[in-house]
Amino acid sequence: METTPENDNLTSSAVGQSGPVGSGVDSSAPMLLSLRDITKSFGAVQALQHVDLDIPAGQVTALIGDNGAGKSTLIKTVSGIWAPTSGSMYWQGQEVHVHTPRDATHLGIATVYQDLALCDNLDIVQNMYLGREDTKVGLLDEISMELATTKTLKDLSVSTVKSVRQLVGSLSGGQRQAVAVARAVMRESKLVILDEPTAALGVSQTAQVLDLIKTLSSHGIAVLVISHNLNDVFSVADRIAVMYLGTLVSHGPIANYDRNSAVEMITTGKSDRVAALAASN
Amino acid sequence: MLKRFRRGDSGMIPIVIGLIVLAAYFQIRSSVFLSTGNLTNLMVQATIFVLLGIAEVWLLLLGEIDLSAGFNAGLAGAIAVILVDQQFHWSWYFAVGLALIASTGFGALWGFLVIGLRLPSFIVTLAGQLGLEGLVLWIVDSQGTGGSISIHEPVLYNIVYGDFTPLFTIIFIVVTVLGLSFSLVRTNASRASRNLESVPMLLMLLRIAGLVIGGGLLIWIFNSNRGKFTPIHGMPFAILIVGVVLGACTFIMNKTKPGRYLYAIGGNAEAARRAGIAVNRYRLMAFMMTGLISGIAGLVYVSNLNGISDSINGGTLVLYAVAAAVIGGTSLFGGRGKMVHALIGGVVIATIYNGMALIQLGAPQQYIATALVLLGAVTIDSLARRGSTIVK
Ligand SMILES: Nc1ncnc2c1ncn2[C@@H]1O[C@H](COP(=O)(O)OP(=O)(O)O)[C@@H](O)[C@H]1O
Ligand SMILES: [Mg+2]
Repeated sequence: METTPENDNLTSSAVGQSGPVGSGVDSSAPMLLSLRDITKSFGAVQALQHVDLDIPAGQVTALIGDNGAGKSTLIKTVSGIWAPTSGSMYWQGQEVHVHTPRDATHLGIATVYQDLALCDNLDIVQNMYLGREDTKVGLLDEISMELATTKTLKDLSVSTVKSVRQLVGSLSGGQRQAVAVARAVMRESKLVILDEPTAALGVSQTAQVLDLIKTLSSHGIAVLVISHNLNDVFSVADRIAVMYLGTLVSHGPIANYDRNSAVEMITTGKSDRVAALAASN
Repeated sequence: MLKRFRRGDSGMIPIVIGLIVLAAYFQIRSSVFLSTGNLTNLMVQATIFVLLGIAEVWLLLLGEIDLSAGFNAGLAGAIAVILVDQQFHWSWYFAVGLALIASTGFGALWGFLVIGLRLPSFIVTLAGQLGLEGLVLWIVDSQGTGGSISIHEPVLYNIVYGDFTPLFTIIFIVVTVLGLSFSLVRTNASRASRNLESVPMLLMLLRIAGLVIGGGLLIWIFNSNRGKFTPIHGMPFAILIVGVVLGACTFIMNKTKPGRYLYAIGGNAEAARRAGIAVNRYRLMAFMMTGLISGIAGLVYVSNLNGISDSINGGTLVLYAVAAAVIGGTSLFGGRGKMVHALIGGVVIATIYNGMALIQLGAPQQYIATALVLLGAVTIDSLARRGSTIVK
C-alpha cells in the first residue's frame, strides 16, 4: 500500500510555493481523491500532461479551462472510461486502479457526462436504474424503481417531466440533464462529477442544477463540476482547478481567485494575481 | 390508442388489420382457407418462421443479425435426424441435446468473432451461412441415402404430427389464458394501489376479453376434427414449443436484467457500458440464444418435413425470419422490438404462403406478395415513427 500523497500543493508555477494553503481544507485528513502525475495520450495528442489534483470530501471543486484544455479527458480518466497512459490515482489515501466505469462506480464515483450517456429507447425509470436495477425474487421490481424515481425527481424539484415512463428520447435537453444528474445522485456516491451540466440549460434550470450541487455538498458529497460559466463557478465552488493545454496549471481554495485572475489563468495559463491572493491568504 | 400510434408506439394494430384483410381475401377466393383444418395447418407452417424470427429478434435488438440461422437450424435438424436413425439409434433426448449444443455453439462462435475481432455480424454470419450450408450438405450426403433422410423415430416425428388430446388442449389453453389475465390484473392492481399510472378498467376488460376470445378460437380450431379418413383432434405439439419459447423469451426481455440490458445496449451501447454493464457478455449471450432457438426451429422444421434433405434452403428461411420480425415491428437498427413481433410477422408470412397455395398461385406470386407486405409494413412503421418524437 502506498502512502498518502502530500495534500494540496498549488501546482501553478506562478505561485511557486508548496505546502497546505487555504482555510477550507484540513490538510491532515486524507483527500477523497488525489491524482498524481496523470498523463493521457491519444496517439500523438497529449491530452493530459503530468496532472496533479486533490479533491477533498464534501466540497465543490470547479474544473475550468478553455475548450480542448483536457477537462473532459481528465474526468473520463477518473471515471474509468479509459485508463491513464501513466500516473497514479489515490482514493481516500489508497492507490486505486480504475480501468472500467464499474470500478469507478464501486469506489463511489458517479459521473454525468457532457454527452449524457442515456438510452433514448428506454424510459426515465429504466435509465435512472440502468446497471443497478431493483429486483424482487430475481425479477425487475418496476414498481419500487418507479416510486423511487418519482421521489428523487421530486426531491430535486424536477417538475417538468410528464411521466417517468416517458422515453428519454422524447425529452428536452434540460430534462435529459435533470435525469442524468438525478441518476448520479441516486447512486449514493461519495464523488459526483458533472461535465458542463448547465451548458445547455436556461436560466431557471441552471439555478436548479446549482441548487442541486449545493445540496449535494451539504450532504457531504464531493462534487467536481466542469463549467465554462464563471458566474456558476463563483456561486457554487469551494475550490477551483484550472487546466490549460492539457496541464493543470493551478488549483486551490476559491478565496485565492477572483474573476479576473480566473480568466487570465484560463486564457494564458498563469496569473500573478493568484499568487498574490494565495500569499495573502 | 391514436396517441400511442402517433408516439411511434403504434403497436401491432396496422399489421393485425393487414392480416385480417389478407385472411378475408383468401377466404373469398377459397372457402377452405378459414376451415379449422387449414388454420391448424397454417399455424404449423408458421412455426418455422416464428421460431427463426424469435431467434433473430435477440440479435436485431442489438443491431446485429445472424444470416446463418436457417442453416444452423438445418444442421441441428440433420444432426438429430441422423443420430436417432440410420446406424446410430441414439435416444431422442441425447440426439436433440447434441443438436442444440451444436447450434448454440455456432451462435457462440459467431459471437466470439463479432465481439472479439470486432467484425461485422453481417459478414461473419454470411460466411457462417455458407460454411453451415456446406456442413449440412456434407453430413446429409455422407449418409449414402441419396441426399435425404427421413424420420422413423416417434418423438421427432410427433413434434409436428403428434397432438395433445382435446382435453389437454383445453386445459393448456385455459390455464394460459387465466395465467395471462391474472398477471395483467395483478400488475395493474398493484400499480393502482401505489397511485401509479394504471390502465383504465374498461381497457383492462377489453384485453381480457381479447385473451378469452383468442383462447376460445384456438380451442375450437384445434379441437375440431381435421382428419379426412380417421378423425384428428387437438393442438399439435409444435404449437406448444412455439408458445413456450415465445413465453420464455418475452419473460426474459421484460422481467429480467439481461433483457433490460439488451435493450440498453441496442439503444446506446456506450451508455450501457458506462452504467457498468458487461456489454460483451450480454452480446455473446444474444448470439448464443439465437443459435439455441435456431436449433429448436430446426427440430420443428425436420419434423414438419418428415426428414432432412440436402436441398434445404436455409438462406431463404433466414430472410423470411428477419422479414417476420420486421413485419411485426422490430427495428433493424437495434433497441426496438419485441419477441411477439416474430409471432405476428411469422403468421402473416405463413398466411401468404398458405393462402397463395390454396388459390393455386405459385412461388413467383408468393415471393412478390411477401415483398409487398414487407415493404408495406416498414412503410407504415416509418410513417408512424416520423410523426413521433422518438429518435430511432
Ligand atoms: N477520444 C479522443 N481521441 C483523440 N483525441 C481526443 C479524444 N478525446 C479528447 N481528445 C483530445 O484531447 C484534447 C482535450 O479534449 P477535451 O478533454 O474534450 O477538452 P475539454 O473538455 O477541456 O474541452 C483535445 O485536443 C481533444 O481533441
Ligand atoms: Mg469537454
